[in-house]
Amino acid sequence: LGHGSGGQLMAELLTDVITPELGLTAPLEDAALIGLNQVFSTDSYVVTPRFFPGGDIGSLAVHGTVNDLAMRGARPLALSLAYIVEEGLPLSELRDITRSAAAAARAAGVPIVTGDTKVVGRGAADGLYVTTTGVGMRLRDARPSAAGAEPGDVVLVSGPVGLHGIAILSAREGLGFDADVSSDSRPLNDLVAAMIAAGGADVHALRDPTRGGLAGSLNEIAAASGVCVEVVESAVPVPVPVAAACDLLGLDPWHVANEGCLVAFVAPGSADAVVAAMRALPEGAGTAVVGEVVEGVAGRVLARTLVGSSRVVDVLVGEQLPRIC
Amino acid sequence: MSTTERIEVHGAVQGVGFRPHVHRLATELGISGDVRNAGGHVVITACGPAEALAEFRRALHDRAPRNARVERITVTPGGTTAQDGFAVLDSGFEAGPRTVVPDLATCDACVAELFDPGDRRYRYPFVNCTDCGPRATIVASLPYDRTRTTMAAFPLCPSCAAEYRDPADRRFHAEPVACPACGPRLRWGDATGEEALELAVAAVRRGGVVAVKGVGGYQLVCAAADEDAVIRLRELKHRPRKPLAVMVRDLGQARELSVVDAEAAALLRSPAAPIVVLPSRTADLDVGLFLPYSPLHHLLLHDLAQPLVVTSGNRSGEPITILDEHAHAVLGPLVDGVLSHDRPILARYDDSVVRAGRVVRRARGFAPAPMPLPAASPVPVLALGAQLKHTAALAVGDRAILGPHTGDLENADTLAAFEHTAETLCRWQGVAPEHCAHDLHPRYLSSRHARRWPRDRRIPVQHHHAHVAATAAEHGVRGPFVGVAYDGLGLGDDGTLWGGEVLLATYRGYRRVARFGLVPLPGGEVAVRRPSRMVLAYLHGAEDFGGPSIPDLRPTAESALVRRMVERRMNSPLTSSAGRLFDAASALLGLCDENSYEGEAAVLLEAAAAAHSGPALDWTLHRRDGLWVYDPLPTLRDLVTCGDPAGVAAARFHTTIAEVTAALVRETAGTVRTVCVGGGVFQNRGLVDALRRELGEFAVLAGERVPVNDGGISYGQAVVAAARLAGRDC
Ligand SMILES: [Fe+3]
Ligand SMILES: [Mg+2]
Ligand SMILES: [Zn+2]
Ligand SMILES: [Zn+2]
Repeated sequence: LGHGSGGQLMAELLTDVITPELGLTAPLEDAALIGLNQVFSTDSYVVTPRFFPGGDIGSLAVHGTVNDLAMRGARPLALSLAYIVEEGLPLSELRDITRSAAAAARAAGVPIVTGDTKVVGRGAADGLYVTTTGVGMRLRDARPSAAGAEPGDVVLVSGPVGLHGIAILSAREGLGFDADVSSDSRPLNDLVAAMIAAGGADVHALRDPTRGGLAGSLNEIAAASGVCVEVVESAVPVPVPVAAACDLLGLDPWHVANEGCLVAFVAPGSADAVVAAMRALPEGAGTAVVGEVVEGVAGRVLARTLVGSSRVVDVLVGEQLPRIC
Repeated sequence: MSTTERIEVHGAVQGVGFRPHVHRLATELGISGDVRNAGGHVVITACGPAEALAEFRRALHDRAPRNARVERITVTPGGTTAQDGFAVLDSGFEAGPRTVVPDLATCDACVAELFDPGDRRYRYPFVNCTDCGPRATIVASLPYDRTRTTMAAFPLCPSCAAEYRDPADRRFHAEPVACPACGPRLRWGDATGEEALELAVAAVRRGGVVAVKGVGGYQLVCAAADEDAVIRLRELKHRPRKPLAVMVRDLGQARELSVVDAEAAALLRSPAAPIVVLPSRTADLDVGLFLPYSPLHHLLLHDLAQPLVVTSGNRSGEPITILDEHAHAVLGPLVDGVLSHDRPILARYDDSVVRAGRVVRRARGFAPAPMPLPAASPVPVLALGAQLKHTAALAVGDRAILGPHTGDLENADTLAAFEHTAETLCRWQGVAPEHCAHDLHPRYLSSRHARRWPRDRRIPVQHHHAHVAATAAEHGVRGPFVGVAYDGLGLGDDGTLWGGEVLLATYRGYRRVARFGLVPLPGGEVAVRRPSRMVLAYLHGAEDFGGPSIPDLRPTAESALVRRMVERRMNSPLTSSAGRLFDAASALLGLCDENSYEGEAAVLLEAAAAAHSGPALDWTLHRRDGLWVYDPLPTLRDLVTCGDPAGVAAARFHTTIAEVTAALVRETAGTVRTVCVGGGVFQNRGLVDALRRELGEFAVLAGERVPVNDGGISYGQAVVAAARLAGRDC
């Protein structure tokens, strides 16, 4: 109950229930390192609606795993694709989704090499669940880790935030915002390769702010690295239609999911080169310098507001319960 | 035939001239011996005839100085005393709960000196004596002695030293004693002393806004009658409509602006000198007035000879500024000058606010006076409070030390202020808390703070249980009570948002027995800020009891979206809040569509109802899932269709809530005859009175010394945690 939106409750589910049973001690990253340079990741996708402005569950499942590998500085080598299909799903829909997944994998330059399909009875699943697994090889000099941020690091965001979550919500609930907002779902492996080429080991931390949004990723990195992060509120690119929708719906755009941008913590000496490399690619054209690692309470994320005060940026907890009285 | 005994006096006995008072009594009665401050109390060795000693003990209790409060006197026979006379000794140190005295408004004797051209402290902005002056704001640690205050940096001149050492003098051991020759000094740019004051006065006279270093923090000051200046001050505080406190020179000036009864007059002139919220003579909304409480304020009001807006010096959302560098860096660029001085402020104390005899913001003058714990806590507990109007409290033994208001916990500075306050409370008491008590709401920054504690050291306390436990504990209730908690929102133990609740409670636990009907909050905090959206929420999503809904409204651009959100339950958590019902009523009467400050819609509804009365609107109660439930829809429907003018309808709405509450209490109280109310809705001037009229056979108690709003939550948490740890209620 209430663990679905990827915030505090999900974190507690992981630390209290799942990782202890598995005997894992380190916090989970987007992808695991095996041996020296092999990276391994898996993710399941459940999304309503299955087709949304800017993508569908097939392309999303490919982008998600490609990006999780990329966030560990890896070049993706191969993917698997597995379906759990609810009886009654139109075959044409399954064909369209598969075609979309294949196209997405081709565009990212990764082959889908294996897969699996199970059909379950009506009511045993909600239409279609997709699982993708990926393996990759770490790029030379790539060392990014959620625990890698260091004092003085510059914080970058590669593009506008909030698009994916608002597009999905609007399409699902029939709110009409999807005329102006479509998902940013796309692969980020080329972007990461360009960043590593420009900054090497100075690219300390990478995260794609999917569930839990930008605020979640910043808090995860601040906590795992034991640093204090300060972001300038006005520097974070939030598209006007996203801001307007969030205003009406009472959502914080920093809590809304993304599927096509990343947060990076880069040593100050390499920041300019990395930013330039990012902006040279279409998926990084909107790269913004949004903040830095400052002295302060470890694990805390602050947003400097327009009036100059420092708001504490919190993570999403289940439903966004109001705090004001 | 002389005997010797050791007498310990407990209570508020340090920093209030208690030792010189003991010296005078002893000398008067021919008793020899000595007196000293111990940890938080006073220890006397007294030698004399048995009769004189008995008289002495009585006098200690009955003739205590004006600011002292003697709670307990213990006597142990025996001990030795070497000298003939009576001596005042330097402070010793013993463990136990300790009292820090709240800051005290300038006494009449010091005001007389301040304006006496023949006095050596004529126009000296830091004059004080054992009866008055700064206390909690300058204390670094206990026992209370000049060396452990910020006055340690100002060595006494020979004249002050003589007064300080003379047991017959009014300034005997007045720790912050000072004079123009040896004490702190004003500064305005490069100017100091009288010249600095003149420049500040001139700036205000010209229509400026100035920052002034007060007792517990910086303040922003301008002429209250100067509209342009007030508008500028409102802009720089980002406070468009919320009333601003006005400082007046004396009661005469207060009476020109408002209606001041005897009770209000006494409060205004009390040593706490709070802001008192009173009916205005000129406007619909109440006005907050206070009198000068420091020599500097007396000088400003005297020289400017007009009422001044005096409000806390902070940017919106930040805690009141206490550091000079911060004041110059942050406030300096926004104002026409900074009137500062060189006596550091160690602890942050905003001005306190009292409304209808109830403290609604507890800070300077009231905090950190200890509050009782019905069940003593076996170990020290730090109560972390809620989120808005934040306070923290420390439970030690049989008291809770309730720290001052620090503001809304949402930014790094308020969070730091909260941590500083908590640390100060622990340092003063010399304890390390073993448990923390915290709210259930996972998103409060205070709850986030709690997660730093090991799980088995955290004591979660439900928000509304804390509200009503605070009221009960303040009044020393023993045994079960009915708790009525009406406020904006607090997280319930079932994961939904509560706020219109009746609980059958003890200090350790409670059972929810009644509630208000549920309504969605479309957009969460957006719905809290926009009362007009709450109307749509009641219209489209209120809990259904089969009765008629409110009449449909003219559709707006917002209404289709809100309706969709409500129907799809999208970011629309359900609540049983009473505060949201007041918001909706206010919006339905056209009084407030959008809150510019917390509670604005309710404040306007109450103001509209003043001077009107009328019978209750329609209301119904239902049984659902074992609870009594009030369905607010018939009331809202009647509110818009009754045809009464807004003021009358607003008054009838208040009558309805009182009747409904009385009915809910009667249905659920069983044999219990004590009702404790809490929650911000009870800041309403008339609601408690109306409830008392409705519930004649019950004792209806409301928080008086502790705010009914979330400023009282930490005290309630301390009370509940202590009772649970002690395993008994009192
Ligand atoms: Fe509350
Ligand atoms: Mg993932
Ligand atoms: Zn005095
Ligand atoms: Zn002196």
